[in-house]
Amino acid sequence: MELAYFYILSFIVVVSAVFVVFLRRPLHNVLFMILTMIGVACLMLQLHAEFIAMVQLIVYAGAVMVLFLFVVMLVNITQADLLSQLTAVRGWAGALVAFAIFGIILTVFKLSGEPAIPKAQAAQQLSNTELVARELFTTYLLPFEIASVLLLAAIIGAVVLVRKSR
Amino acid sequence: MLTLDHYLVLSAILFFLGAVGVMVRAQIIVVLMCLELMLNAVNLAFVAFARYLGSVEGQVIVLFIMVVAAAEVAVGLAIAVAIFRQKGTTSIEDLRIMKW
Repeated sequence: MELAYFYILSFIVVVSAVFVVFLRRPLHNVLFMILTMIGVACLMLQLHAEFIAMVQLIVYAGAVMVLFLFVVMLVNITQADLLSQLTAVRGWAGALVAFAIFGIILTVFKLSGEPAIPKAQAAQQLSNTELVARELFTTYLLPFEIASVLLLAAIIGAVVLVRKSR
Repeated sequence: MLTLDHYLVLSAILFFLGAVGVMVRAQIIVVLMCLELMLNAVNLAFVAFARYLGSVEGQVIVLFIMVVAAAEVAVGLAIAVAIFRQKGTTSIEDLRIMKW
């Protein structure tokens, strides 16, 4: 049952990821990207990472993809731009590099055996959200604060970049 | 029986697809989106390892990756809009000022 669920989800995720990469129109890319994100969120749910799955849904499928959608609408890509492709040589070279990366990753997999995911950790009283929060606000408090500063810097950077110079 | 390898292979396939998109696509927005796809693949691997090792630290790291990805998207899309204003195009083939 779990396995069937996994295969259905991963089929959806992989197919929509293929559409993200190969469909011509950026609007379709964005919509299939949202589907991919939702599929990955469901897989994370299956891994009992409920909090991360929700963050994935709200932040990625919600906020980030809407941002992409806005820019796709804003930028008004022309027909000539749509047809513009990389030169054949560069495209094939890129595909070759991507295959090389894949090959490197797969050799790593051959080293690992076939470990099973352990059964649910013996009767946790704490919910997943509580566990993540405890870790985040004790061990990783400093990185957490630094992350907020990083977000502030990104906000200011984005505003400065798109502001009309006068 | 669902194993760790299931998730890792799926994550590798997603990462590979994202890498192909980054290398092959010509539109700067789609390239950014494929970068997000690669980050998502890595997130999935992190969550799978967190489950496998029975620790929650992998999930915390995924949270930080999401923060960095959001910042990267905000700045990257701002750059894309700025380029579009200046050049009137979003194709990376037309952005060759810094190429020799």
